[in-house]
Amino acid sequence: MNTPTVLRLEQVRIALAGRLLVEVDAEIGPGEVLTLMGPSGVGKSTLLAFIAGFLDPAFAAGGRVSLAGRELTTLPAEARRVGLLFQDPLLFPHLSVAGNLRFGMPRREADKRARIDQALAEVGLAGFGERDPATLSGGQQARVALLRLLLSRPAAALLDEPFSRLDRALRGETRRLVFARLAEAGLPCLLVTHDHEDAEAAGGPVIILE
Amino acid sequence: MLLRLTPTLIVTLLVGPILAGLAMALLPAFGYLPALGGESLSLAPWRELLAQPGLARSTGLSLAVGLVTTAVSLAAVLLFLAGAAGTRLDRWLRRAVSPLLSLPHAAAAFGLAFLIAPSGLIARLLSPGLTGWERPPDLVILQDPWGLSLMAGLILKEIPFLLLMSLAALPQLDAPRRVAMARSLGYRPTIAWLKTVAPALYPLIRLPVYAVIAFATSVVDVALILGPTLPPTLAVAVLEWFNDPDLSMRFLAAAGAVLQLGVTLAALALWWALECLVRRLGKRWLVNGARVRGDRLLRLAGRGILLANTLAAGLGLVGLALASLAGFWRFPAALPDPFTLQHWQRALPTLGGPVTTTLLIAVAATLPALVLALAALENEQRGARRPAQGRLRSALTLLYLPLIVPQIAFLFGLVVLLEGLGLRARLGLVIFAHLLFVLPYVFLSLAEAYRRLDPRWARLALSLGHSPAGVFWRVRLPMLLAPLLTAAAVGLAVSIGQYLPTLLPGAGRVATVTTEAVALAGGGNGRVIGVWALVQAALPLLGFIVALGLPRLLWSNRRGLRGTP
Repeated sequence: MNTPTVLRLEQVRIALAGRLLVEVDAEIGPGEVLTLMGPSGVGKSTLLAFIAGFLDPAFAAGGRVSLAGRELTTLPAEARRVGLLFQDPLLFPHLSVAGNLRFGMPRREADKRARIDQALAEVGLAGFGERDPATLSGGQQARVALLRLLLSRPAAALLDEPFSRLDRALRGETRRLVFARLAEAGLPCLLVTHDHEDAEAAGGPVIILE
Repeated sequence: MLLRLTPTLIVTLLVGPILAGLAMALLPAFGYLPALGGESLSLAPWRELLAQPGLARSTGLSLAVGLVTTAVSLAAVLLFLAGAAGTRLDRWLRRAVSPLLSLPHAAAAFGLAFLIAPSGLIARLLSPGLTGWERPPDLVILQDPWGLSLMAGLILKEIPFLLLMSLAALPQLDAPRRVAMARSLGYRPTIAWLKTVAPALYPLIRLPVYAVIAFATSVVDVALILGPTLPPTLAVAVLEWFNDPDLSMRFLAAAGAVLQLGVTLAALALWWALECLVRRLGKRWLVNGARVRGDRLLRLAGRGILLANTLAAGLGLVGLALASLAGFWRFPAALPDPFTLQHWQRALPTLGGPVTTTLLIAVAATLPALVLALAALENEQRGARRPAQGRLRSALTLLYLPLIVPQIAFLFGLVVLLEGLGLRARLGLVIFAHLLFVLPYVFLSLAEAYRRLDPRWARLALSLGHSPAGVFWRVRLPMLLAPLLTAAAVGLAVSIGQYLPTLLPGAGRVATVTTEAVALAGGGNGRVIGVWALVQAALPLLGFIVALGLPRLLWSNRRGLRGTP
């Protein structure tokens, strides 16, 4: 790829019934995390939905979003290459752990199986491939969700309070892993949270919405 | 795209035949049916109809059966839900709902008949000890002139229907918190539920309640088994006129069909007036502060009725089974002596054809219903960006139309219309008529689960690069396998139980287990009835067993998908 993967939000404005909810103008470089903070209901998740391509038609949105030079707003969601992490790991219950990872991988990837095994081993889940995701602990599920995102080779990642459902002890550890792996992959990341520790751990610029 | 047209297609498919059928009942009702020599409009059919002996009584009966059945069923369901406290009995009664719902009306009616007849199971169990009867008493219990046994037979089936509809609606209401709040203000639990949950629940189950009214005012198969005969209910009378070899009776039958539509509409209007009255009286009761008195009585009543209902349905089946195996069965003896398989052996050669036809029709009606329902729901999911969505979604309320317009009123006209067009594909017509009733139930059964599936699953799959079609095949369909199979089982059960939609479009020449079983009602050979009614009851149950078992088998290694009904 010649163009560096930069996620650019140019004068993005989202309004609901004439009331302005969010207004953002930002640029996120490869491996950088931009954190959006603010109380619930200010439209943080709405901004993520807009970038990923799921904005409810009740909202009016304006501005441009580009990723590695491609304009995103005119593309369907599945062509945007924007990975998502939610509060819940959302591992597909009908697929095995490996099935979940395979589900996200590009179709013509070589050596899927070896890559999956290696990825699982790297996060301490060696041999978990054939397990039913429902039998995994919360922390293990979070790691599989992260792997699924990374193996799908996205060009950017959007994180919607991904650590809020984990208990405190697990949260720090998972946070470090997620940010380290996202940085290593060189993805521009947009994190939405209302936890200051998340913002500190992310280490990037912080925008506070009110 | 094809998908986007499905809501329109469904609405046309359901509304078109009903409107055409009604029109083709209206025209002959006013003397116009060129095929039979009716060239001009006249009021002659109506004069003839009004001259029929017992018409007023038939009409009154249909109206009363509809309203009483609905009122008793609804009251029983509300009282049961109000008093249910999660005891083992309550859970057991709830679990019995689905199998009870799959039981065809005719089988339930036969079962009840075997239970309460003068020589039925109850009389046998109580005799001669409590009653002193050595011979079956000379009482008119079945087919009583007041239609009481008919109402009982209908209530048997409508209670499970309304209960299931209520259980589906309740999660939206956060009932436990409402009750907890009221109890903290000193209300006894049952009163608390009736004052805080019931008023919010009723609007959510109003359409199903209307469907019960419409069904009970115009039912034919149950009325043929349990209803009065001289005169019968209006719908049965119309069917008799329609089937009369004298084709000029068709004009009379058409007028009767239109009158049936009027009776059902009148019942709905009366119920609506009743709603207004209850709302007005209820307003004061809700806030009058009474919070303790009557709690126990109400709770016992709700549980009592539901228990009696469930037991009656179950024991009725036991009665059918005993009768089908009975060699000689002297009156007060509770069990036949000896048992014999000869009724089954004798029926076996004649069962094959109707069973095959029944299953063929059921599958042929259920598959397109599933495809259409899935397409409409998938379109709804994908169409979040299209503003026309709201209108189309509300247009889908028209799904209830086949459940609210009396079957005899429009099927009659539809047959006249199709005969006029020279269509002779009997089996095809029957399948199409079944589809009209299968589709609404399949859609309603599936819609709940489909709309409730977390939208984030689809978003996640899309963000991983899968197309909308891929999301449908690889995420939604497998995750919704269990509700999908349940919807299929519901569709099969609905089709298997249909009587009129088989009889009329099939011109009496398409024989299913239901038409055969109902046809036996007049003959009074209890042993043969037992065989046929049991077969009729068993077929839909098989569907539900598969629907419950298959996901467990396929997802035996996936905990996240087990236990979701």
